[in-house]
Amino acid sequence: MDMGTKEICKVSYFDSIKIRAEDINFFYGKKHALKDINLNILKNQVTAIIGPSGCGKTTFIRILNRMHELIPDALLTGRIFLDGQDILSSCIDPTEVRRRVGMVFQKPNPFPKSIFENVSYGLKVNGIRDKNFIEDKVVEALKKSALWDEVKDRLDDNALKLSGGQQQRLCIARCLAVKPEVILFDEPCASLDPISTAKIEELIVELKKNYTIIIVTHNMQQAARVSDYTAFFLLGELIEFGRTGDIFKSPQDKRTEDYITGRFG
Amino acid sequence: MKKEFSQKIGFSFISLCMFLTVLFLFSIIFFIVVNGIRVISWEFLTQMPKEAMTAGGIAPAIVGTFYLTLGSIIFSLPLGIACAIYLCEYSPKSYVVNIIRFSINNLAGVPSVVFGLFGLTIFVKYLGFGVSILSGSLTLAILVLPLIISASNEAILAVPQSLREASLSLGATKWQTIKKVVLPTALPGILTGIILSIGRTAGETAPILFTAAVFYLKGYPKSIFSEVMALPYHIYALMTEGLYPDKQVKIAFGCALILLFLVLLFSSVAIYLRNKHKNIYGYGN
Repeated sequence: MDMGTKEICKVSYFDSIKIRAEDINFFYGKKHALKDINLNILKNQVTAIIGPSGCGKTTFIRILNRMHELIPDALLTGRIFLDGQDILSSCIDPTEVRRRVGMVFQKPNPFPKSIFENVSYGLKVNGIRDKNFIEDKVVEALKKSALWDEVKDRLDDNALKLSGGQQQRLCIARCLAVKPEVILFDEPCASLDPISTAKIEELIVELKKNYTIIIVTHNMQQAARVSDYTAFFLLGELIEFGRTGDIFKSPQDKRTEDYITGRFG
Repeated sequence: MKKEFSQKIGFSFISLCMFLTVLFLFSIIFFIVVNGIRVISWEFLTQMPKEAMTAGGIAPAIVGTFYLTLGSIIFSLPLGIACAIYLCEYSPKSYVVNIIRFSINNLAGVPSVVFGLFGLTIFVKYLGFGVSILSGSLTLAILVLPLIISASNEAILAVPQSLREASLSLGATKWQTIKKVVLPTALPGILTGIILSIGRTAGETAPILFTAAVFYLKGYPKSIFSEVMALPYHIYALMTEGLYPDKQVKIAFGCALILLFLVLLFSSVAIYLRNKHKNIYGYGN
């Protein structure tokens, strides 16, 4: 390959790769939870990860911000590149990785603190002391997560008083406040009603302008509605990856077709 | 018919047991109140004992109990909470940690007089603190340490793992997570444990018998190396020593009433805090 083509490749393809997973294998004790996963996550796109329970979806996204390190007796091999930098390397600080790759969890998990303190938490732990700056960022994050109008008069209320859907948007605001580059959503609507779900989905589509988004979901319609790319996992293997439209209209693998048509899972 | 009859017998038996238990509890309280209330007065609470313990007040014993309780909490609190944090958050899951947990639980079952002897040997003699507030506080601190550790342990374990994950996922370190999320969330539970242990400390006699308490002092203690009078020991002394048992018994009941009141007060505060905690956070504990 001469220099010319390399340049072209770089501009057209490599520059748009935000995260690259290379040969990821993960073991819980003796259980081989992820098998040789190779996957590229594109910048400013929504990538959905679908598959039946226990197929390794959540495990996979936890590796992307090194949250897998909380799991005892786990073993990981392979490499994850974030903008070309190997984030699993021992010389990289996991707290820095987690600031750049934020996460929204399956069940809303606001801290038992005020709404304001929830959103400002990430800024404070990252060493920001300037009160005015923090205040601006909190307001900005709450506006971006479409929660501002509902909470602007009660920022000092305990976050646990909010409804489930509001709590989840608060968790999104909390995540946005630290200015991550990538946001991982781990079944963010699993415990929400349809109206709250619709709001979160709208938000995800809105957020992809500025963030790279990965969403794990059980809900096929949700994947079809919000994502640009879809990855199908089964029993720890990546079966198929492609544009969401292609995956849903003309899946290449029989197993993918069976899953999305509801034959199992 | 037969089934209903046996059910009735069962219910009656359970009710009877319940009734007996409550009866004992209330008769103890009633007995102490009836016998103690007559000597209670402002002077009784604020004055020094007079005429060889047969008149005057019990102020130095109240003050002494206060110092000993405060001292024991000052020593046991940081140790206990640190130990609980280590066991919950830092320790690798291994048999060594299991042995530590097992030992702490066993420590809670050691008779308090054994702690008294330990305090006498280590603090009073070996370290040379003498019979003093310091020795007594340290001995009581060791006595309540298992209580504080297990209460803190439970409170910390009751903090949902999802909150730790949320904090870490925002770029917080483990220490920041413990300091800013785990401990504040666990605090009401820890407080409950502390207050219950205050009640325990205030009422213990055996651990201070050889390490801190004396029957009579002319004034209030001057430093942490002074001997003190304490309520539980004062009751013991009034009932076993002295020349005027008739007058002393009345004062002993007065002391018992004050002590009972203090312990009930602490327990009520603990219960209040625990309920408030449940209402706000909705997490277990």
